[in-house]
Amino acid sequence: MERLSEIADRFLTQAPACDYWTLRLVEEDFDHLEVRQGVVEPSRLASVLGAMVTLVKGGGIGYGATSDISPAGLRAATRRAADWAEVHSRLGLFDADIFPRSSTRADYRTPIQEAWVSMSVSDKLDLLQAANRALRLDERIVDWSAWLSRRRVAQLLVTGDGGRVSQVWDFVHPGLVAVANAGSQTQRRHGAGADWAQQGGLERVAAVRLLEEAPRVASEALTLLDSPECPQDIRDLILLPSQMVLQVHESIGHPLELDRILGDERNYAGTSFVTPGMFGRYRYGSELLNVTFDPTVPLELVSGVTDDEGTPARREYLIRDGILERPLGGPLSQARAGLPGTASTRASGWDRPPIDRMGNINLEPGEGNLADLIAQVERGVLMDTNRSWSIDDSRNKFQFGCELGRLIEDGELRGLVRNPGYRGISATFWRSLHGVGGLETLEVRGVRNCGKGEPNQSVYVGHAAPPCLFRDVSVFGGGE
Amino acid sequence: MNADAFFTLADRLNARLTGAEVLFCGMSSEVSDFVRLNRNRIRQAGHVHSAALALTLIEGTRQVEGSCDLSGEPSHDLTRAQQLLSSLRGRLRHVPADPYLDYCREPDESWRRCGDRAPDPAEAIGSLVQAAAGMDLVGIWASGDIGEGVASSVGHRHWHESASFNLDWSCHLEADKAVKGAYSGFQWNPEVMRQRVEAMRDGIGLMARPARTIEPGRYRAYLAPSALNELMDLLSWGGFDLKSHRTSQTPLLRMARGERAFAPGVGIHEEHERGLVAGFTPEGFRIPPRVTLVEGGGFSGCLVDARAGKEYGEVVNAASGSPSSLGLDNGTLETGNVLGLLDTGLWIGNLWYCNWSDPNDCRVTGMTRFGTYWVERGEIVSPVRVMRFDDSLYHLLGDRLEGLTRERELILSAQTYEGRSTDSALLPGILVSGIDLTL
Repeated sequence: MERLSEIADRFLTQAPACDYWTLRLVEEDFDHLEVRQGVVEPSRLASVLGAMVTLVKGGGIGYGATSDISPAGLRAATRRAADWAEVHSRLGLFDADIFPRSSTRADYRTPIQEAWVSMSVSDKLDLLQAANRALRLDERIVDWSAWLSRRRVAQLLVTGDGGRVSQVWDFVHPGLVAVANAGSQTQRRHGAGADWAQQGGLERVAAVRLLEEAPRVASEALTLLDSPECPQDIRDLILLPSQMVLQVHESIGHPLELDRILGDERNYAGTSFVTPGMFGRYRYGSELLNVTFDPTVPLELVSGVTDDEGTPARREYLIRDGILERPLGGPLSQARAGLPGTASTRASGWDRPPIDRMGNINLEPGEGNLADLIAQVERGVLMDTNRSWSIDDSRNKFQFGCELGRLIEDGELRGLVRNPGYRGISATFWRSLHGVGGLETLEVRGVRNCGKGEPNQSVYVGHAAPPCLFRDVSVFGGGE
Repeated sequence: MNADAFFTLADRLNARLTGAEVLFCGMSSEVSDFVRLNRNRIRQAGHVHSAALALTLIEGTRQVEGSCDLSGEPSHDLTRAQQLLSSLRGRLRHVPADPYLDYCREPDESWRRCGDRAPDPAEAIGSLVQAAAGMDLVGIWASGDIGEGVASSVGHRHWHESASFNLDWSCHLEADKAVKGAYSGFQWNPEVMRQRVEAMRDGIGLMARPARTIEPGRYRAYLAPSALNELMDLLSWGGFDLKSHRTSQTPLLRMARGERAFAPGVGIHEEHERGLVAGFTPEGFRIPPRVTLVEGGGFSGCLVDARAGKEYGEVVNAASGSPSSLGLDNGTLETGNVLGLLDTGLWIGNLWYCNWSDPNDCRVTGMTRFGTYWVERGEIVSPVRVMRFDDSLYHLLGDRLEGLTRERELILSAQTYEGRSTDSALLPGILVSGIDLTL
């Protein structure tokens, strides 16, 4: 952060003459270690450093982004931003006066218990080798891998109104995969953090039980090979948090994004079945459905103090008791739509402008444990770990596939089924929500590849959810 | 960053190598203008200047990789690159021998440029907004220079650069009633843009007809090249790379084992001869002009990157296992006759959000999107409300494939996740006797 502060301080001495400006500096460091089939893959170290200057001038807005963070480089980026602001002033979609201004001063840093460097590279590789040995249960395991990645993102936002927000996010991502094959049937299982990301340091390795999970992951992949296909039927469905993450993401998070509702994304990521008139009255789901935008959950992927335009982060209800309350979108979209919103204008890096994104979008817990949900099911399927996702451009008709299914009969879990999938329509699916697990079943997870925007941007998004029970869902299995 | 600056930087790094160290340097640079449009007005506009250096440090049988952003200022960049090199040296001491390490041992040079000069983006946007007056146009303009290079202490000096534009847009009537347009290439011609915008006014006219809701079931259909491109994009996800084949993870596993096949007229190739992407790999290997992946409907070969090639004993023929210049052989159907041959069914202009429904059986799900119509007796009757399909490519490109069009369309990728993509696909349209719609 010291380096970014120096760059910002130099920029302040040559701050552009305009109505408002922001400078967003981003420095990222990556480290990736992986062992596949007992062989150490090439280690990868990466560092990223760049700046985005945003200018409001003469009724227009423009940005200039550069990896040249010298004074001359930032001056050049500022000139480019000014050029585009001039064009925007003539051809812009809205008046630049509504562009949000921030004078917020705040700091955030991920609390870490064990620093990435507290364990040597050799010890990390030894750990991954041990996990590899535990994954190779028999010759039907045809591919297997264990990895450990570290990402640190330091961002400093300074503004023409005196705003200064520094945030440092740390992530350690462990993970495992086992691939089993017999004949023409191949099954994959992931585990130990592969789809369970949070902020934090090396303590994440113990939290996700990297080594301990390996035999279970491989064993389930093998068992799935000989399991029957998931039945094609209308049945009750229990989704574990590992799949609820995607269900919330695709059919609640994305439809509530204000820029979709305003039409910005219609050419690429799509629009939304949600319209402005629905807020405050539309029944999105059953009374059990409570969804929040919550940047305050400790260690969730997008927890922090502000968004990337300096809007202070605050917990808000999006859906309460099943009724739609509030969309996802920063002050600019809020002004365009005349609706309330959230502090969720975010960019994927220094080279992309902030747009409306999800932050931490969480399904609030209900009551009881997983066994209580299962006990309510006469004929159903439980599904675990997303493997496939697809939804229409209005975020309505969806289809998901999972890695593992398990039959439920007369309130009890039965055997595994392979290639489980289900499909439905967002506008009605959430109304079939019949059970929501309690606080003790809540898992804080997220996705690391949420794609959207033109130019394209991929960001982390946090999701916390308990297991949930849905009535009468169309489920199916594999085969042609 | 241009080729000279990159090669100079690489030479300076090579001069700092010690002992038996071998260094491969890679460069990705971009000077781009991006303009987002909504309602035929500018939503967001800006400029991006970026340069990233990738280093692979090799000593004997060990290797480590690293990358960092560069500024374009030579002395500053040399300092950053030396810091990265130093970090890699530190890491190299801790990694074991890599049995799959491979790189080209022969010095080699190449240089290629596509396009002379990108158009002035502000001028182009001005003429677009004027041409589309009265239309609800949404999309993205991306233009500028892209450079990619590889240099090594072995003696490689490869460079590929282009100056291009990519205008990817759609025009909307209401809700999800919309038609899709694209104009991309290396020589901007505002008249071509105006013609394409005008053609979309006709498409919007068709969209104004009352939309038809169709029930799930199997429907006769024509898939335009843009729709087929979505299926090919998904198939490229594990369909052709050697590692996926050798570890039984490819969705074409049953084809590779001779249990299933596409129709005899289906041939799929990686057509590097198109020359739009760099013709070399990060390890300095040249890429052959053409790799046949599917021939006569059956499995033919894989894309082999350097690492997979070493692991499985195959010759390197690609920079990665995913195609960047895919081509599907044409057929004999005249595009102008497609409506008549379809007779009654679906004319599908685009698909969206495809994903594997069951990769074991090459089964894909996805949605119709943009310009999809119901056709009766060879005439477009009405637009169709979006529908989900779930079907196997062994059917759509196999036993239910009635024909491929004679004309192929070159589709330049508009993707910009990892910088502006140079990928492309050259595809015909396909006529199928049935596609299964499920929702």
